Amino acid sequence: MSEAVVPDAMVSPAVGGLYGEKAGGPMLDFSYVGIDAILEQMRRKAMKQGFELNIMVVGQSGLGKSTLMNTLFKSKVSRKSVLATAQEKIPKTVEIKSISHDIEEKGVRMKLTVIDTPGFGDQINNENCWQPIMKFINDQYEAYLQEEININRKKRIPDSRVHCCIYFIPPTGHCLRPLDVEFMRRLSKVVNIVPVIAKADTLTLEERDFFKKKIREELRANGIDVYPQKEFDEDAEDRMINEKIREMIPFAVVGSDQEYQVNGRRLLGRKTKWGTIEVENIAHCEFAYLRDLLIRTHMQNIKDITSSIHYEMYRVRRLNENNTMVAHANGIPEHHLTAHEM
Amino acid sequence: MIERPETAVPSIARNLEGYVGFANLPNQVYRKSVKRGFEFTLMVVGESGLGKSTLINSLFLTDLYSKDYPGPSHRIKKTVQVEQSKVLIKEGGVQLTLTIVDTPGFGDAVDNSNCWQPVINYIDSKCEDFLNAESRVNRRSMPDNRVHCCLYFIAPSGHGLKPLDIEFMKRLHDKVNVIPLIAKADTLTPEECHLFKKQIMKEIQEHKIKIYEFPDVDEDEDNKLVRKIKEKMPLAVVGSNVVIEVNGKKVRGRQYPWGVAEVENGEHCDFTVLRNMLIRTHMQDLKDVTNNVHYENYRSKKLAAVTCNGVDTSKTKGQLTKSPLAQMEEERREHVMKMKKMEAEMEQVFEMKVKEKKQKLKDSEAELERRHEQMKRNLEAQYKELEEKRRVFEEEKANWEAQQRILEQQKLDASKTMEKNKKKGKIF
Repeated sequence: MSEAVVPDAMVSPAVGGLYGEKAGGPMLDFSYVGIDAILEQMRRKAMKQGFELNIMVVGQSGLGKSTLMNTLFKSKVSRKSVLATAQEKIPKTVEIKSISHDIEEKGVRMKLTVIDTPGFGDQINNENCWQPIMKFINDQYEAYLQEEININRKKRIPDSRVHCCIYFIPPTGHCLRPLDVEFMRRLSKVVNIVPVIAKADTLTLEERDFFKKKIREELRANGIDVYPQKEFDEDAEDRMINEKIREMIPFAVVGSDQEYQVNGRRLLGRKTKWGTIEVENIAHCEFAYLRDLLIRTHMQNIKDITSSIHYEMYRVRRLNENNTMVAHANGIPEHHLTAHEM
Repeated sequence: MIERPETAVPSIARNLEGYVGFANLPNQVYRKSVKRGFEFTLMVVGESGLGKSTLINSLFLTDLYSKDYPGPSHRIKKTVQVEQSKVLIKEGGVQLTLTIVDTPGFGDAVDNSNCWQPVINYIDSKCEDFLNAESRVNRRSMPDNRVHCCLYFIAPSGHGLKPLDIEFMKRLHDKVNVIPLIAKADTLTPEECHLFKKQIMKEIQEHKIKIYEFPDVDEDEDNKLVRKIKEKMPLAVVGSNVVIEVNGKKVRGRQYPWGVAEVENGEHCDFTVLRNMLIRTHMQDLKDVTNNVHYENYRSKKLAAVTCNGVDTSKTKGQLTKSPLAQMEEERREHVMKMKKMEAEMEQVFEMKVKEKKQKLKDSEAELERRHEQMKRNLEAQYKELEEKRRVFEEEKANWEAQQRILEQQKLDASKTMEKNKKKGKIF
């Protein structure tokens, strides 16, 4: 109702027409406040700042992790493409290698960091192979925390926290292995896990459905909550969308960074003697769903959950630890500190 | 001593004038073998989910692992098991007793150290059974349960061998014929497959793993075939027992949305090569190599270990260093010595026992004496006590009698005085 002087540049033409006709020029719209123009402001700011995304890929060697990363971002972002090593030796312990890239699309810049974990699950004895990974994730949270509690804080804290961890399940077609269950159980509590079935061109459609059902049952039986987590659904709409996604995880993906001619079009795919597998064809594999989930629809949600839930949990635990240490040092009995289990 | 002729008689090749008939020998051998039937033991090793059961079903066109057989999803066990299943297959009058040895749980746990140990134990135990059967006096039936061939399934990662693969093959290559296979080969494109095979062969040579080698044949055309097989090692296989219709033809294969991967198509995978090699051409060779090389290795190692220990009269038959007669002489001497020693020992034991018994008897005798003494002393003490009591009693009796006498005396005196008084009274 109030008369607001709206600067010329910020009027969105679509809105102006909704608020009844007014005499005179197009600028003066008496019932239009202009709060929705904030979206435009945010968009501009975001475009200037750019986004950060940190994805970690975990799985045995030879499951196509690097190829999938290349396919997802349609460019050579994986570790193997960047470091041209002559001989691929399986490292004796799990190493953490992260490579960062700056990619841009339609004016939107993104700093993508791919964190690779060579050596995971490749040894004969794989006890505690998840420990270096957990340590890395916690270290990133720690670094962010240190920056946050600094007295002179930087304007934009560099976010190196792991937003999403893609776990590659080998396509045995039967069930999850003990190693898979152990790893996902421990890590679903500190980071968003997205399980995918790697090299899905090994399974026929019936085998794929059966395998997925078995995996979902086992995840439920072991109490493993993968992304999108049920407890973080905010409203009914979210829940509906997420339920649909939950029916489909784990996604059966095939990765490829080579193009072939199919029906006159150039497509990414794998060519075998009995046919060509198109990566982006949903009848062939579910790569498109994974890409949509990670990038087109749920990217911001993933980042939010990481910063508001996983990071907060870590922070609470850490600060409580500090409190107990201080209390012990001063001889004050602690009353009631909530302890979060790992 | 048996005399052997000093000069070897040279054999001269002769041409025959007419038909003798020993060209029929192979037929006789053939007929006998057919009557006897054949045995073959095949072991499959690999992580679960690599398609081992499906491949066995496809190879022998039977449902050895039927749909009701609990799949790996139901039987994740904590330790590696070794299971064997026997099946009798008949084809064209020839009978084959096929034993499939499966190893569920191999490589599935988080910690897979020593997961090869149960497999090695199984192979050794079968060799040992055969060794015992061979050394028996009555050798009428010698069932051959030794593992003739081990198919090792490599996961199709496309990069190279895993540490577990290398460890396993290194430990088993001198115990059994190891044939490495690339499982689920429909995951790989032809180029990837080729690179993968090259990488695997390089690593196998690097680690000096001795996989089963196809023998060179005399005829030229077979040689070409053998060479082709050698180039394709390790074989990339796809297994399926499901029949699908493709272009009007019925084939066995796997149906994907993008096409059908045919199992028996040489361009799609090496399954036909494996089947021909394993069953149609090299089955007998596998058995021969097992018998002549692996089993002999096992046997010499086992028997050498025994002779080092010295005394073992149960299994030693043919020694490596001594002739059988000398061996028997030595055995007899050893036996006699042993008997003597045993006798001496028995004597000793007997002596000791006798001494013990004597000692015991002496002890008991001494014990009895002691008790006797004690009883006597007891009796004496009692006797003395009784005597004492008696004396006391006598004393009391004497006292009492004395008292009685005094009383009597007093009574008498009293009556006397009363009489005196009475007399006095009467006088008045």
